[in-house]
Amino acid sequence: METQKIEKPAPMIETVLSIESPPARAGFLRALGAIIWKDLAAELRSRELLSAMLVFALLVILIFNFALELDAQTRYNVAAGVLWVTFAFAGTLGLNRSMAMEKDRGCLDGLLLAPVDRSAIYFGKMFGNLIFMLLVEVIVLPVYSLLYNVNLFQPGLIVVTLLGSMGYVAVGTLLASMAVQTRTRDILLPILLFPVMIPLFIAAVKASGGFLQGIPMDEIWPWLNLLLVYDVVFIAVAFMVFDYIVEE
Amino acid sequence: MASKPVALKILDIITILLLLVATGLVFFFAPLERVMGLVQKVFYFHVAAGWVGMLGFLVAAMVGGIYLARGERKWDIVGLASVEIGMAFAFINVVTGSIWARPIWNTWWTWDPRLTTATIMLLIYAAYLMLRSGIEDPDRRARFGAVYAIVGFISVPLTFFSARLFRTIHPVVIGTNQPGAEGAFDMTADMRLVFFFSLFTFSVIFVDLLWHRIRLGQLQDQVEQLKLKFNV
Amino acid sequence: MEKPPIIQVKRLVKRFGLKTVLHGLDFEVQPGEFVALLGPNGAGKTTFLRILASLSRPAMGEVRIVNYRLPQQAAAVRRILGVVSHLPLLYGDLTAEENLHFYGRIYGIPRLERRVQEVLELVGLTARRRDLVRTFSRGMQQRLAIGRAVLHDPEVMLFDEPHTGLDQDACQMLDNVLREVAARGRTVVMTSHDLARAADLASRFDVLSRGRIVASAARSEMTSDQLLGFYRQALQGS
Repeated sequence: METQKIEKPAPMIETVLSIESPPARAGFLRALGAIIWKDLAAELRSRELLSAMLVFALLVILIFNFALELDAQTRYNVAAGVLWVTFAFAGTLGLNRSMAMEKDRGCLDGLLLAPVDRSAIYFGKMFGNLIFMLLVEVIVLPVYSLLYNVNLFQPGLIVVTLLGSMGYVAVGTLLASMAVQTRTRDILLPILLFPVMIPLFIAAVKASGGFLQGIPMDEIWPWLNLLLVYDVVFIAVAFMVFDYIVEE
Repeated sequence: MASKPVALKILDIITILLLLVATGLVFFFAPLERVMGLVQKVFYFHVAAGWVGMLGFLVAAMVGGIYLARGERKWDIVGLASVEIGMAFAFINVVTGSIWARPIWNTWWTWDPRLTTATIMLLIYAAYLMLRSGIEDPDRRARFGAVYAIVGFISVPLTFFSARLFRTIHPVVIGTNQPGAEGAFDMTADMRLVFFFSLFTFSVIFVDLLWHRIRLGQLQDQVEQLKLKFNV
Repeated sequence: MEKPPIIQVKRLVKRFGLKTVLHGLDFEVQPGEFVALLGPNGAGKTTFLRILASLSRPAMGEVRIVNYRLPQQAAAVRRILGVVSHLPLLYGDLTAEENLHFYGRIYGIPRLERRVQEVLELVGLTARRRDLVRTFSRGMQQRLAIGRAVLHDPEVMLFDEPHTGLDQDACQMLDNVLREVAARGRTVVMTSHDLARAADLASRFDVLSRGRIVASAARSEMTSDQLLGFYRQALQGS
């Protein structure tokens, strides 16, 4: 029956193949948008990545609750640390999964075969990862607020979360694309990622903690600056070296 | 290639002599520090080892860049060689630091920025070695190694800066001294001489070891080539 | 033979680390030819095809596709190349239609909606267009992979072992699609270790062994039975 289906459209091929050659250059933005759209569409369908990240994040918070005995006083002091450790751990799940999806059915080759700039692939995956990261944070932050009666709705904290997540996925996307191409791919990502990520963690924890404890702005600025510098430096570096990670 | 080049033999001898002289200077020429006493002598080799560690990682990042630009295999051999040597010396640096810290700071370990940075640096390059061992294809191994050597090295000053924003108790002997750093001291002219001599000696040791390690890498390649020639 | 070749490869060398996989390979394809690259496993067929596909860089030698040089003009080559590998290069969590849409947008194909429907029909997957690729059989995935490869109407098509893992019916359907593509004057290079399949499809047979093309023969020069003899002889001589 299916054989018939193939034979029937034979006349169609004339029109199929007579379409004139596509425009000279596939635009950077169009490719970028397509990659982000594709990641979101796939995730919307399976919801595997987000739900795994989310459940994992909540579990980490729960474990911290018992490990640190988060009483009223400690809560304020360690909230920033607990949150960033949670994001970092949940983030590696997302990064690994997002790049493994490109590797499994050879899709990365499919992207590389297309006449698009390699940086469009990097930034597409990076923004996709950033969106997932932010979605998890958007849910975890209010839940944390609720569970521990800590007010996390502060504009400063949101800026820190944004800057921190940006740097995290910038380096994370680059290193995850390396990790999935190795034999030890499941265990390698955190080992590669965390030591390089330490300045970002310190700055994010300090800045978030600063906002939560109402420390004066001029003591928080150095940390915000450090976050900014980290983001700019590593987005630039990743942009420059990504070609060497995906191309042979 | 088969036998050791004469220049390398000469460098070996010079290196050994320099090390002997440096050791002699440290113990018999450099004056005893008033407050800390004998344990201060660890400082000369401690800083020199730290310097060689950094030098190794810097070289690895630089040849990483060259490898990515040119794709020549020899640069990968140099990169791996400098990371391995850098790690050995960074480790010596941390251990000697610990030996010094025990009597002076009264603890083996403290979360001081330099100590923390040095340790994180060791972890970065341990990750570098793990990354390499997880890749079969030699070209990919070289490319990924180069990229990680660059990314890792760039993160080091940021790590140091962020750790330093936490208050420090590490003495800053070179450059401006922060008030309140425990175990700080001013170097006399003789101390300075011994210090720079140690730095020079360790730099020569680095060059000598690097040369040996590169040679080892090349020999490994030759063995590999012979295997391919006779087995396939 | 006066026409300039559409694919021209001269003294191509490829190394993996210290191991040389392709030793100065020469290869030419005229427009409209269907070339089957035959050879045992490990002969370098996939490596060679990956170089033609601009996925891998040659160590030495010259590779030209429609006058564009690889790897320098890879972007131009990619626009006129359709590649089917033994992996489908499709996203399991997207539907057939969405997969084609995604690749269509990446390639910047005009009137994409219509084009996607036409391609789905060409590969006989119109009825399954809203189903997730992850639920497809290997054969259907392979057909959709071909749909993905012809989406931007490439002049040159590369197939790497397209029949691997397909059952008899699926192979038959795949062959039909391959013939349709070839019948429209597209140039095809296909690697295979399945002589019988290749014999049915190709107009020329090249034997790749130990990183070189060791023999080449046109379809018209022999019957299917003679092909096996030709292949054996080529391998022994190398």
